[in-house]
Amino acid sequence: MSEDLLRLEGVHTHIGQYHILQGVDLAVPKGGITVLLGRNGAGKTTTLRTIMGLWHASRGTVRFAGEDITQARTPEIACAGISYVPESMGIFSDLTVRENLFLAARGVKSFAEMDEARLEWIFGFFGALKRFWNQPAGTLSGGQKQMVAIARAIVEPRKLLLIDEPTKGLAPAIIQGMVAAFRELKQTETILLVEQNFSFVCALGDTVAVMDGGRIVHSGAMADLAGDLDLQHRLLGLSLDSHQ
Amino acid sequence: MTAVPQTLPQDSPLAKVRVDVLPLLLVPVLALLMLPLVGSFPTWVTLTVAGLAMGMMVFMMASGLTLIFGLMDVLNFGHGAFVSVGAFTATMILLPMKAWVEAESVWMNLSVVGLAILLAMLVTGLLGWAFERIIIRPVYGLHLKQILITMGGMIVAEQLIHVIWGAEQIPLQLPTTFRGAFIFGDAALEKYRLIAVGVGLAVFVTMFLVLNRTKVGLLIRAGVENGEMVEALGYRIRRLFVGVFMAGSALAGLGGVMWGLYKETLTAAIGGEMTVLVFIVIIIGGLGSVGGCFIGAMMVALVANYAGFLVPKVALVSDILLMVAVLLWRPQGLYPVAKR
Repeated sequence: MSEDLLRLEGVHTHIGQYHILQGVDLAVPKGGITVLLGRNGAGKTTTLRTIMGLWHASRGTVRFAGEDITQARTPEIACAGISYVPESMGIFSDLTVRENLFLAARGVKSFAEMDEARLEWIFGFFGALKRFWNQPAGTLSGGQKQMVAIARAIVEPRKLLLIDEPTKGLAPAIIQGMVAAFRELKQTETILLVEQNFSFVCALGDTVAVMDGGRIVHSGAMADLAGDLDLQHRLLGLSLDSHQ
Repeated sequence: MTAVPQTLPQDSPLAKVRVDVLPLLLVPVLALLMLPLVGSFPTWVTLTVAGLAMGMMVFMMASGLTLIFGLMDVLNFGHGAFVSVGAFTATMILLPMKAWVEAESVWMNLSVVGLAILLAMLVTGLLGWAFERIIIRPVYGLHLKQILITMGGMIVAEQLIHVIWGAEQIPLQLPTTFRGAFIFGDAALEKYRLIAVGVGLAVFVTMFLVLNRTKVGLLIRAGVENGEMVEALGYRIRRLFVGVFMAGSALAGLGGVMWGLYKETLTAAIGGEMTVLVFIVIIIGGLGSVGGCFIGAMMVALVANYAGFLVPKVALVSDILLMVAVLLWRPQGLYPVAKR
């Protein structure tokens, strides 16, 4: 995991008059899960949206697979191989689960052309989707909607998944299931995962970066952070023990 | 890629799919309720068919506007310009080919009207493309400016019509075989109104199929709900915007031809006069909803017809009263479109 798939160097992002990202340096190695931690308002979501081109960096560079995508448009970035699962999940509630996944499969023109083996692989993680295949996504529970959002991101092979707080608002039982799903997913995918639920990600993450005030204030191996209570306290104002 | 065991709880409760049928019942219930009030069955049939025909023509004009608003969040008060331009463009076929219009052959009449519709839709579609690029694009996300500049565009379009086709009214002759009525018992059903119902239904079914059975249609529906996510999936929503704007303008052009033939007289204000009615229809239906727009158009036209027969003074404000009643019942319209 030495090769960086994604690299942000000195990235600044302004939203209106607000200076949100103030020089973010972040490297996401190829393979496994990189976790982006930080308090509310630290700039985690803005970092993902800047990578995705939904907000453009005012300074600095974003390089993906060796290409400069700093000023690329969102569709171009998506076509370059990055999937995005926003905090709001972004599912199309009027469309069925099948139609949501169909739209994410850019390479196919009809439902019949969808890769059945790939779908079965996804149903292996998220079996509920098979049961509710033809249900409008808006009628699903919060956990099931999150399954749709993640399934949509992996319905075709992608180089990198950006996932923003997938456990937010979900019941503990669902989160446990999601841990198992991510553990399987990271065998084949590269994931940049934004989370606030430390106990969820410390079991999953390979590398970690911590944000504060629009900057990366720590980066390293997740195992090192998980094993250092003082560092957790200093960076996150918490310890893993308090979450168990 | 081997399947792994299911890892998430499968027994989460699923909200039942609630098919919202109440708005679908509005049109038949209204028609049936009016039957005893109207008193005479033949009169009721005539009023109802006339109302449905007018509703279909209003739907043609409004359906594009509701999609434009839903997908692009654009308040286009210049939509009526496309109605006017469509109707006037049709005269470029219908007037020179008067012999075909006056011929007693259904096929010649259908051909000449079909040709006029094709040309009108082509011209208004291209005009829509130019309108989007020049007038709409600089004001995306700025509602007040959209209202001002599109109303300005409407005024400019009306003046251009005066320049190109003259300031005088232009009589538009209905093709010979489209005139007259079918008589069923004591009920007279005008042929042209039945044609309008047929064309309106064809437009509705086509839109329904495109929006539900094609990838482009699904993208439009998805874009109405969350355009940003459509882009994040790798689709250029700007192209969808332009395509929908052109299609919406072409549909307004079609509505203009049908409405012009119905009125048999054209003025440059023919589209502008319909603007308020068209907005009432899309507000009743739920901004962005084609199905809601269809029901809204039928309701507005039927209520206007029944009110015109039963209490003529109320007919002047029937569309406003209907809108108030619907919004008191459903403040987001009959079929509100989910927005992120």
